[in-house]
Amino acid sequence: MSVAMRMRGLARKEVKQIIRDPSAILIAFLMPIILLIVNGFGINFDASHMKVAVVIAAPEETSRGLFQALAASPYLDPVALPDTQAAEAAVIRGDVRGMLVAREDFNQLLARSGRWPAPLGLDINATDPNTARILEGYVSGALATWMTGLGTERRLALAGGIDLQYRDWFNPQLRSADAVVPGIIAMVMTMTGTLLTALIVAREWERGTMESMLASPAGMAELTFAKLGCYFVLGMGSMALSVLMALFLFGLPFRGSILALSAASALFLVFALGFGLLISTLARNQFVAAQVAFIATLLPAMMLSGMIFDIASMPHWLQIVTLAVPARYLVSILQTLFLAGDVWPVILPNLLGLAVAATLAVGGTLMVTRRRLD
Amino acid sequence: MARLLALIRKEFLALLRDKASRMVLIGPPLIQLLVFSYAATFDLNNIPFVVINEDPGLAGREMVARFEGSPSFRQVAALPSTAGMADLIDHRAALLAIHVGRDFSRDLMIGRPAPLQIVIDGRNSNTAAIALSYASEIVLGFDADWAAAHGGRAAPATLEVRAWYNPNLLSRWFVVPGIVGLLTFVVTMLVSGLSVVREREAGTFDQLLVTPYRPWEILLGKAAPGLLIGAAEASVIVVVAVTWFGVPLIGSVVALALGLALFLVSAIGIGLMISSLAATQQQGLLGAFLFLVPAIILSGFATPIENMPRLVQYVTYLNPMRYLMVILRGTFLEGDGFVALLGQYWPLALLGAASMTAATALARRRMG
Repeated sequence: MSVAMRMRGLARKEVKQIIRDPSAILIAFLMPIILLIVNGFGINFDASHMKVAVVIAAPEETSRGLFQALAASPYLDPVALPDTQAAEAAVIRGDVRGMLVAREDFNQLLARSGRWPAPLGLDINATDPNTARILEGYVSGALATWMTGLGTERRLALAGGIDLQYRDWFNPQLRSADAVVPGIIAMVMTMTGTLLTALIVAREWERGTMESMLASPAGMAELTFAKLGCYFVLGMGSMALSVLMALFLFGLPFRGSILALSAASALFLVFALGFGLLISTLARNQFVAAQVAFIATLLPAMMLSGMIFDIASMPHWLQIVTLAVPARYLVSILQTLFLAGDVWPVILPNLLGLAVAATLAVGGTLMVTRRRLD
Repeated sequence: MARLLALIRKEFLALLRDKASRMVLIGPPLIQLLVFSYAATFDLNNIPFVVINEDPGLAGREMVARFEGSPSFRQVAALPSTAGMADLIDHRAALLAIHVGRDFSRDLMIGRPAPLQIVIDGRNSNTAAIALSYASEIVLGFDADWAAAHGGRAAPATLEVRAWYNPNLLSRWFVVPGIVGLLTFVVTMLVSGLSVVREREAGTFDQLLVTPYRPWEILLGKAAPGLLIGAAEASVIVVVAVTWFGVPLIGSVVALALGLALFLVSAIGIGLMISSLAATQQQGLLGAFLFLVPAIILSGFATPIENMPRLVQYVTYLNPMRYLMVILRGTFLEGDGFVALLGQYWPLALLGAASMTAATALARRRMG
């Protein structure tokens, strides 16, 4: 029997198995759909309508203008409260993210330019420092707008000073979905790829069908490649589905080339599938394989891939650890392909990282299978 | 009672008999606590930037010096003009570029608005937004100092900001309590999500059913290891968070423990529900995954629930993690006690009761 014929036979067996047991199809198609939808809407750094309590101790026209300026900001939802106690209580209860207080003498201080600047107290619930910083930015933005208006009104030359102009490349509105969705695709692919093989092959080991397959004339390499091949097709389908959802459901741009995308996806899938095979070969038991797959894919892909937390800000030793998390290469490639284009100096090193990971995963599986049989 | 204890003992033996399984349940959560707690920071401390300073005057140099002097920024290049800037940003060599125009000093001197351009890589929008807020802080500081030194007029009003609960805006204080919840959740789901279906696949569940045990007793036996292991790991993780990472725990420890216990019951209930519904271990694991990931994302662990679409916000009420996050951050940072957290306890208790009942019903139906 020739290798080609054997491979065809093995492939047919795998295909039949996939069709008979719906879990593989569910993993490949249901999981990306659910995870992309939930995560795409769930991970959102764009705060809008942040509630902030506003206490103006002595309201008059000028300070009312301040309230209007806050209300005009699309990001803020000011709530007028009568006194500081009420505002503090609202912050403690968590009804508002912070409170802005203009004391009794605010208007007097404001009226005489010699006594500027008039202080405004901003108390923020900083349990979540990221959101606290964003809130501070929006409040000071609204304040600046108000002051400019005040200057024009009183014919004061408030101008001067630095006019900070910034431009965000690639993602002009800094829409968080544009940055997060590529990260989620990487996370979904890590899990899909690894689970596809980790569980399914662990079951074969558990039932002993793997050993009988290995006793057949088909060598181990042939067997591994037949399995990888079938699940590869399934995995690429799942990747295509994820990319389509990113484009049409989340409205991401795509500025790179299909070629670069396919190369990155293919390498990453080989890694993930190989890694799943490795886990199942080492564990040979579905329960343990499931636990390992769970722990080794989900959380590292989320926390160490740069999708949520900036890798360059991690401690040095940890930055080195992240080199062993292939999802980080895919996140970087996908963010670049979706938002920037084919920037080869970014893509090539990351492709190299993926290639190394894929080689290690598949090579490791072949080595471990050989040893396990002795 | 004695026979219930015997059942619980059997469940523990079944779970911990396997050396690999023991290792998986104990080692990784602790390693992950350490690794993730260092990883999970929104504070940037290494923002690579490129300077294009065309200003021959003093102000431009002073401005650049402020960025160089900041511990958060690291200068990677200085260019004579904007020519090479795009490449550096495209290649991710620099996250932002600071462009000081030719007339910067002169404009400042005569009191005209002096434009300062910052170009930033928006591929990672959150990092970009944070970097920008750091940069504008530096620019505002420069502006105020310049006005004071050169007799300019001060702004009419200023903000005096006080940060409650986390005065130095440390991300770690926010994230580590979240990780306590995250790891406890994952371990619990691992233990409970496969427990029923594993026996069903092996065929021993039927044997268990023909014993005099009532279905609720069997489920209680299945829930016990998750509860004990989850509680033990949660305690260890809380201790590490406080002693190693120095996160303050200023609220009531009893209130925290109660919250964790209620959370464990509801998480285990959901795990057992999934396990009872599944026909194979693969389906069980898939179900656990499909529940776990959304539950983590939609809990407020990384991004606030208020930012989510309204419909999604309603869905989060069914998520036990959501309440746990409030309890963890409330007790750790905000000094909450029992009364302040009542609003989180009762939904957890309700979810726990409902899911355990449903799991029992499902396990029984599957038997018949």
